[in-house]
Amino acid sequence: MTHLDGNAVAGDLAAIFTGDLSGAVATCAGCGVTGPVATVMVYEGMGEVLRCPDCDTVLLRLMRVAGETRLDMRGVSLLRWQSAA
Amino acid sequence: MGTTRGFFRRRSGDDERLPPGQYLERGFPVLSAGPTPHVPLDQWDFSITGSLSEERSWTWDEFLALPREDFTVDIHCVTTWTKLDTQWTGVSVDTLLDGVELEGGYLTALCDGGYTTNLPVEDVTGGKAWVVYQYDGEELEPEHGGPARLLVPHLYFWKSAKWVRRLIFTDEDEPGFWEQLGYHDRGDPWLEQRYQGD
Ligand SMILES: [Zn+2]
Repeated sequence: MTHLDGNAVAGDLAAIFTGDLSGAVATCAGCGVTGPVATVMVYEGMGEVLRCPDCDTVLLRLMRVAGETRLDMRGVSLLRWQSAA
Repeated sequence: MGTTRGFFRRRSGDDERLPPGQYLERGFPVLSAGPTPHVPLDQWDFSITGSLSEERSWTWDEFLALPREDFTVDIHCVTTWTKLDTQWTGVSVDTLLDGVELEGGYLTALCDGGYTTNLPVEDVTGGKAWVVYQYDGEELEPEHGGPARLLVPHLYFWKSAKWVRRLIFTDEDEPGFWEQLGYHDRGDPWLEQRYQGD
Protein backbone atom coordinates (compact mmCIF):
# COMPACT_ATOMS: atom_id res chain seq x y z
CA MET A 1 0.00 0.00 0.00
CA THR A 2 1.40 3.41 -0.93
CA HIS A 3 1.24 6.31 1.49
CA LEU A 4 -0.08 9.82 0.98
CA ASP A 5 1.77 13.01 1.84
CA GLY A 6 0.85 15.39 4.62
CA ASN A 7 -1.56 17.32 2.46
CA ALA A 8 -4.00 14.48 2.88
CA VAL A 9 -4.48 15.38 6.56
CA ALA A 10 -4.08 19.17 6.29
CA GLY A 11 -7.79 19.77 6.66
CA ASP A 12 -8.10 17.40 9.60
CA LEU A 13 -5.13 19.00 11.39
CA ALA A 14 -6.47 22.50 10.80
CA ALA A 15 -9.74 21.47 12.37
CA ILE A 16 -7.89 19.93 15.33
CA PHE A 17 -5.55 22.75 16.27
CA THR A 18 -7.75 25.80 15.85
CA GLY A 19 -10.10 24.83 18.66
CA ASP A 20 -9.76 25.64 22.36
CA LEU A 21 -7.80 22.76 23.92
CA SER A 22 -8.18 23.81 27.55
CA GLY A 23 -10.97 21.26 27.96
CA ALA A 24 -8.88 18.50 26.40
CA VAL A 25 -7.44 15.69 28.49
CA ALA A 26 -3.71 14.89 28.28
CA THR A 27 -1.81 11.77 29.34
CA CYS A 28 1.72 12.40 30.65
CA ALA A 29 4.42 10.38 28.89
CA GLY A 30 6.52 10.54 32.05
CA CYS A 31 4.20 9.10 34.72
CA GLY A 32 1.08 8.13 32.81
CA VAL A 33 -1.27 10.36 34.79
CA THR A 34 -4.24 11.72 32.82
CA GLY A 35 -5.80 15.11 33.48
CA PRO A 36 -7.35 18.18 31.89
CA VAL A 37 -4.95 20.51 30.03
CA ALA A 38 -6.34 23.38 32.11
CA THR A 39 -4.72 21.91 35.25
CA VAL A 40 -1.12 21.63 33.97
CA MET A 41 1.65 23.92 35.28
CA VAL A 42 2.68 26.66 32.83
CA TYR A 43 6.05 28.47 32.98
CA GLU A 44 6.44 31.51 30.74
CA GLY A 45 9.52 33.40 29.63
CA MET A 46 11.52 32.38 26.59
CA GLY A 47 8.54 30.33 25.49
CA GLU A 48 5.66 28.54 27.15
CA VAL A 49 6.49 25.34 29.01
CA LEU A 50 3.62 23.09 30.14
CA ARG A 51 4.50 20.58 32.87
CA CYS A 52 2.73 17.64 34.47
CA PRO A 53 1.36 18.68 37.88
CA ASP A 54 2.23 15.21 39.27
CA CYS A 55 5.79 14.55 38.05
CA ASP A 56 7.04 17.87 36.48
CA THR A 57 7.65 16.20 33.08
CA VAL A 58 7.62 18.73 30.26
CA LEU A 59 4.39 17.91 28.43
CA LEU A 60 4.56 20.56 25.77
CA ARG A 61 6.68 23.54 24.72
CA LEU A 62 5.40 26.36 22.56
CA MET A 63 7.34 29.17 20.93
CA ARG A 64 6.50 31.74 18.30
CA VAL A 65 9.35 33.15 16.24
CA ALA A 66 9.61 34.88 12.87
CA GLY A 67 5.99 34.22 11.94
CA GLU A 68 6.28 30.54 12.81
CA THR A 69 4.74 28.55 15.66
CA ARG A 70 6.80 25.72 17.14
CA LEU A 71 5.20 23.03 19.24
CA ASP A 72 7.08 20.20 20.95
CA MET A 73 4.65 17.64 22.35
CA ARG A 74 6.98 14.78 23.22
CA GLY A 75 5.80 14.66 26.82
CA VAL A 76 2.17 14.02 25.87
CA SER A 77 1.49 10.39 25.04
CA LEU A 78 -2.20 10.95 24.34
CA LEU A 79 -4.39 14.01 23.90
CA ARG A 80 -8.13 13.57 23.65
CA TRP A 81 -11.12 15.91 23.40
CA GLN A 82 -14.71 16.03 22.21
CA SER A 83 -15.02 16.32 18.45
CA ALA A 84 -16.98 19.27 17.12
CA ALA A 85 -20.56 18.26 16.36
CA MET B 1 27.46 61.27 24.18
CA GLY B 2 26.30 64.30 26.18
CA THR B 3 25.92 64.43 29.93
CA THR B 4 22.38 64.27 31.28
CA ARG B 5 21.66 66.34 34.41
CA GLY B 6 19.43 64.95 37.12
CA PHE B 7 19.16 62.50 39.96
CA PHE B 8 18.92 59.52 37.65
CA ARG B 9 21.85 60.48 35.48
CA ARG B 10 23.32 57.47 33.80
CA ARG B 11 26.96 56.80 34.30
CA SER B 12 28.71 57.66 31.07
CA GLY B 13 29.46 54.53 29.07
CA ASP B 14 26.30 52.62 30.06
CA ASP B 15 24.86 52.90 26.56
CA GLU B 16 27.97 51.35 25.05
CA ARG B 17 27.52 48.38 27.38
CA LEU B 18 24.00 47.62 26.09
CA PRO B 19 23.99 45.06 23.25
CA PRO B 20 21.55 45.74 20.37
CA GLY B 21 17.88 45.33 21.26
CA GLN B 22 18.52 45.29 25.04
CA TYR B 23 17.27 47.64 27.80
CA LEU B 24 18.86 48.44 31.14
CA GLU B 25 17.29 46.53 34.06
CA ARG B 26 17.88 47.58 37.69
CA GLY B 27 16.19 44.56 39.28
CA PHE B 28 17.04 40.92 38.79
CA PRO B 29 14.14 39.22 36.94
CA VAL B 30 13.64 35.50 37.55
CA LEU B 31 13.02 33.31 34.51
CA SER B 32 12.38 29.62 35.02
CA ALA B 33 11.22 26.88 32.70
CA GLY B 34 10.21 24.73 35.66
CA PRO B 35 9.92 24.39 39.42
CA THR B 36 12.89 25.34 41.61
CA PRO B 37 14.75 22.19 42.70
CA HIS B 38 15.89 21.83 46.31
CA VAL B 39 18.74 19.33 46.56
CA PRO B 40 20.27 19.00 50.05
CA LEU B 41 23.93 20.00 49.98
CA ASP B 42 25.03 16.64 51.38
CA GLN B 43 23.49 15.04 48.28
CA TRP B 44 24.83 17.63 45.84
CA ASP B 45 27.84 16.90 43.65
CA PHE B 46 29.32 18.38 40.53
CA SER B 47 30.96 16.43 37.72
CA ILE B 48 32.65 16.73 34.35
CA THR B 49 32.06 13.74 32.06
CA GLY B 50 32.05 12.67 28.42
CA SER B 51 34.73 13.28 25.80
CA LEU B 52 37.68 14.11 28.04
CA SER B 53 40.80 12.35 29.32
CA GLU B 54 39.57 12.06 32.92
CA GLU B 55 36.12 12.33 34.48
CA ARG B 56 35.98 14.21 37.78
CA SER B 57 33.45 14.87 40.48
CA TRP B 58 33.32 17.01 43.62
CA THR B 59 31.12 17.00 46.70
CA TRP B 60 29.80 20.36 47.93
CA ASP B 61 32.62 20.67 50.48
CA GLU B 62 35.24 19.71 47.90
CA PHE B 63 33.78 22.24 45.48
CA LEU B 64 33.97 25.05 48.06
CA ALA B 65 37.62 24.13 48.68
CA LEU B 66 38.54 24.77 45.02
CA PRO B 67 40.24 28.08 44.20
CA ARG B 68 37.51 30.73 43.95
CA GLU B 69 37.28 33.95 41.98
CA ASP B 70 35.33 37.13 42.71
CA PHE B 71 34.34 39.04 39.59
CA THR B 72 31.95 41.67 38.27
CA VAL B 73 30.25 41.30 34.88
CA ASP B 74 27.27 42.50 32.83
CA ILE B 75 24.56 39.92 32.04
CA HIS B 76 22.20 39.89 29.06
CA CYS B 77 18.90 37.97 28.92
CA VAL B 78 17.40 37.12 25.52
CA THR B 79 14.06 38.49 26.79
CA THR B 80 15.86 41.86 26.26
CA TRP B 81 17.00 42.93 29.73
CA THR B 82 20.62 43.67 30.56
CA LYS B 83 21.92 44.08 34.10
CA LEU B 84 25.24 45.82 34.63
CA ASP B 85 27.95 45.19 37.23
CA THR B 86 26.65 41.96 38.77
CA GLN B 87 29.03 40.50 41.38
CA TRP B 88 29.68 36.78 41.63
CA THR B 89 31.91 34.28 43.38
CA GLY B 90 32.67 30.86 42.00
CA VAL B 91 35.09 28.45 40.39
CA SER B 92 36.41 29.07 36.90
CA VAL B 93 35.68 26.27 34.42
CA ASP B 94 39.42 26.46 33.64
CA THR B 95 40.08 25.34 37.22
CA LEU B 96 37.67 22.39 36.86
CA LEU B 97 39.42 21.37 33.65
CA ASP B 98 42.97 21.91 34.90
CA GLY B 99 45.11 19.01 33.65
CA VAL B 100 42.22 17.44 31.70
CA GLU B 101 42.45 16.98 27.94
CA LEU B 102 39.24 17.65 26.03
CA GLU B 103 38.52 15.39 23.09
CA GLY B 104 35.39 17.07 21.71
CA GLY B 105 34.58 20.64 20.78
CA TYR B 106 31.29 21.07 22.67
CA LEU B 107 29.57 20.53 25.97
CA THR B 108 26.10 20.25 27.45
CA ALA B 109 25.37 21.70 30.88
CA LEU B 110 22.96 19.38 32.72
CA CYS B 111 20.92 20.68 35.64
CA ASP B 112 18.66 19.52 38.43
CA GLY B 113 15.15 19.57 36.98
CA GLY B 114 16.44 18.29 33.63
CA TYR B 115 17.31 21.61 31.96
CA THR B 116 20.13 21.47 29.42
CA THR B 117 22.03 23.98 27.31
CA ASN B 118 24.81 23.45 24.76
CA LEU B 119 28.00 25.47 24.34
CA PRO B 120 31.21 25.39 22.32
CA VAL B 121 34.25 24.56 24.49
CA GLU B 122 35.95 27.81 23.53
CA ASP B 123 33.10 29.76 25.14
CA VAL B 124 33.72 28.22 28.58
CA THR B 125 37.53 28.17 28.61
CA GLY B 126 40.11 30.96 28.74
CA GLY B 127 38.55 32.79 31.71
CA LYS B 128 35.07 33.15 30.15
CA ALA B 129 32.90 30.88 32.34
CA TRP B 130 32.41 29.92 35.99
CA VAL B 131 30.30 27.75 38.24
CA VAL B 132 29.15 30.34 40.79
CA TYR B 133 27.67 29.89 44.26
CA GLN B 134 27.57 33.48 45.56
CA TYR B 135 25.80 36.54 44.18
CA ASP B 136 26.43 40.02 45.57
CA GLY B 137 28.38 38.58 48.50
CA GLU B 138 25.58 36.24 49.63
CA GLU B 139 24.91 32.58 48.95
CA LEU B 140 23.11 32.19 45.63
CA GLU B 141 19.31 32.11 46.12
CA PRO B 142 17.54 28.99 44.78
CA GLU B 143 15.38 31.12 42.46
CA HIS B 144 18.55 32.49 40.86
CA GLY B 145 20.07 29.02 40.46
CA GLY B 146 21.45 28.19 43.92
CA PRO B 147 23.24 26.35 45.25
CA ALA B 148 25.29 26.75 42.05
CA ARG B 149 24.78 27.90 38.48
CA LEU B 150 26.87 28.15 35.36
CA LEU B 151 27.83 31.72 34.48
CA VAL B 152 28.85 32.53 30.90
CA PRO B 153 28.29 36.29 30.88
CA HIS B 154 29.43 36.99 27.31
CA LEU B 155 26.53 34.87 25.97
CA TYR B 156 22.75 35.29 26.49
CA PHE B 157 21.79 34.31 30.02
CA TRP B 158 19.92 31.08 29.13
CA LYS B 159 23.42 29.62 28.60
CA SER B 160 24.17 30.40 32.27
CA ALA B 161 22.25 27.34 33.37
CA LYS B 162 20.69 27.46 36.85
CA TRP B 163 21.10 24.48 39.22
CA VAL B 164 23.92 23.05 37.11
CA ARG B 165 25.27 19.66 38.22
CA ARG B 166 27.30 18.34 35.34
CA LEU B 167 29.22 19.44 32.26
CA ILE B 168 29.02 16.69 29.63
CA PHE B 169 31.69 17.15 26.96
CA THR B 170 30.59 16.03 23.48
CA ASP B 171 32.03 15.59 20.01
CA GLU B 172 29.02 17.17 18.30
CA ASP B 173 27.00 20.25 19.23
CA GLU B 174 23.80 18.79 20.71
CA PRO B 175 20.97 21.34 21.06
CA GLY B 176 19.71 21.85 24.62
CA PHE B 177 16.28 22.62 26.09
CA TRP B 178 15.68 25.97 24.33
CA GLU B 179 18.01 25.36 21.41
CA GLN B 180 15.86 22.36 20.33
CA LEU B 181 12.92 24.73 20.04
CA GLY B 182 14.79 27.25 17.88
CA TYR B 183 17.01 29.38 20.10
CA HIS B 184 20.55 29.93 18.83
CA ASP B 185 23.25 27.32 19.50
CA ARG B 186 25.77 30.01 20.53
CA GLY B 187 23.77 33.08 21.63
CA ASP B 188 26.18 36.03 21.37
CA PRO B 189 24.21 39.13 22.48
CA TRP B 190 26.49 41.51 20.57
CA LEU B 191 25.64 39.65 17.34
CA GLU B 192 21.98 39.36 18.44
CA GLN B 193 22.09 35.59 18.02
CA ARG B 194 18.66 34.99 19.58
CA TYR B 195 17.26 32.33 17.25
CA GLN B 196 18.70 29.70 14.91
CA GLY B 197 19.66 31.50 11.71
CA ASP B 198 20.37 34.88 13.38
ZN1 LIG C 1 3.59 13.10 34.87
